[in-house]
Amino acid sequence: MQPRSIARRRAVNAVISAISGLAALFGIFMMGWILYEVIMRGARAINWAFFTQLPGPPVSSGGGLANAMLGTLMMTALGAAIGIPIGLFAGVYLAEFGRNGRWATAIRFVGNLLMGTPSIITGVFVYTVVVVTAGSFSGYAGAIALAIIMLPLMARTSEDILALVPNELRESALALGAPRWRATLQVIFRAARNGLLTGALLAIARVSGETAPLLFTSLNSRLWSFTLAGPTPSLTVTTYTYAMSGYATLENKAWAASLVIILAVLSLTVTARFVLQERKR
Amino acid sequence: MAIIDQVSGTTASYAPKSIEKASVERKLDLAFKWFTAAAALFIALIMAGIVANLIRFSLPAMKAFGLKFLADSTWNPVTERFGAASSIYGTLVSTALAVVIAVPLSLAIALFLVELAHPAVSRVVGGAIELLAAIPSIIFGMWGLFVFAPFVAKYIEPPLHSTLGWLPLFQGPPMGIGMITAGMILALMILPYITAITRDVLQMVPPVIKESAAGIGSTKWEVTWNVSLPYGMSGILGAIFLGLGRAVGETMAVTFVIGNDHRIAASLFAAGNTIASTLANEFAEASEDTYRSALIELGLVLFLITMVFQVVAHLWLRRVQKTSGRR
Repeated sequence: MQPRSIARRRAVNAVISAISGLAALFGIFMMGWILYEVIMRGARAINWAFFTQLPGPPVSSGGGLANAMLGTLMMTALGAAIGIPIGLFAGVYLAEFGRNGRWATAIRFVGNLLMGTPSIITGVFVYTVVVVTAGSFSGYAGAIALAIIMLPLMARTSEDILALVPNELRESALALGAPRWRATLQVIFRAARNGLLTGALLAIARVSGETAPLLFTSLNSRLWSFTLAGPTPSLTVTTYTYAMSGYATLENKAWAASLVIILAVLSLTVTARFVLQERKR
Repeated sequence: MAIIDQVSGTTASYAPKSIEKASVERKLDLAFKWFTAAAALFIALIMAGIVANLIRFSLPAMKAFGLKFLADSTWNPVTERFGAASSIYGTLVSTALAVVIAVPLSLAIALFLVELAHPAVSRVVGGAIELLAAIPSIIFGMWGLFVFAPFVAKYIEPPLHSTLGWLPLFQGPPMGIGMITAGMILALMILPYITAITRDVLQMVPPVIKESAAGIGSTKWEVTWNVSLPYGMSGILGAIFLGLGRAVGETMAVTFVIGNDHRIAASLFAAGNTIASTLANEFAEASEDTYRSALIELGLVLFLITMVFQVVAHLWLRRVQKTSGRR
């Protein structure tokens, strides 16, 4: 083997180091670029009416998306109310009872697959189950689709968090005479509280920006929808239709909606991180 | 059943106040256990429901078009003739583009985070890149359509055309809307996932091994290339497969920028479609039964493609974990 000169090897090392530093800079730059555009364009288009009014007559520059914000809030809340508890208790089963058994391993595997299932497929599934059966698009269908997306996420994080609770804590609770359910709900949950809260917040953050599963479950609406029984507007689906409309006035509203979406998602994500760090201290 | 035994084993080990109360507690415990088991089973139930319903609702299209569905690139709602070829092609090409762009970038960023940057810098940069994963896909779509696609049309496609234009891949007018833009945005979206796993893999390489390589005079790059990467290769491959699985089913960002055209074009500059973008674009309007069924069969194809990537990735990563545990 021909020995390579040390100067050349050092040069290669320097070049690669520079490239990898540039790659990191590139990543940050793209992140900053996206945030910058959303904030600048969104801020220009946003106003008080955006938060309080219904969409105006088609293609007008007035009006707002108050109904879409309400729709998103209601569907996310209902989705969370269904998906988070089921996911949480599934996590309890995996961490406390199933552990490394055959059943738990199988469920864990299926949960991973469900987590990787494209959200648009979840939308198709809910369409075939809820929309076809009920005969109409509805906010309930949208909420169910969101719940299905949250379910495996919550199961996974709650299992991971519960597994971190030291076994001594379980044993001491049981040794004091607490039955298993009491030990889980009152001792282990309390020890894992911040972690579980973080998991729930991240799951909510994840679905509150979802569009694909809502496209043909909750559809969209230009009116108030207080009951979720009929087609329900959401910020994300409205952003999509407005962006594709080709009208500058509607595109501006789509940017304003994007700003609201990104602020909501990022603040939830950052809050979740903060909650988790609190625990470590 | 084996599941029950574990609980009764633990509840029996505390001293009850009265026998009566103990039996109530035991029943409650059993109920609690079955309740959580039911919640866990629900996950499997949903999965089974997805598979069953996708198949059931695509039966009409399967009967009408048979296996030809996969090879036919016609997509005509008016004559009700549907084939998945252009969507499958677009899905695979956009995913391949995304991986080809994202993998080297992710490796370089992970290298920077683990080996080169000061830990404080690494934490900030790593956090910022992880935040990229939190940005919803519709935001990538908005940015892609209104900001990035014009940028691509002006600054990326013309130079590609003038230098590599002899390849059929880079011919045609630079529109900005098309396969190449979709691939680049997908790359940006899977970047944080591949970076995060690669970073973890590189961090798991035992310092002793790296130090011995450095001790015989290797430069940092030589340590990474000859020691760390081979050591973590299987983990990185798993990360790439997980990234593939994500890119394949990504919907909104792609729908915004790909142009939604049911044609197979040789050029990456041309508009195309993916399975997910076709579903997003057409499903709500599909009122004819055959049309809807063909769309759901497209969904089934997408589901199967993602499952293949996922299963390969998980089995692979699990094997890797087992072997590295034995070491």
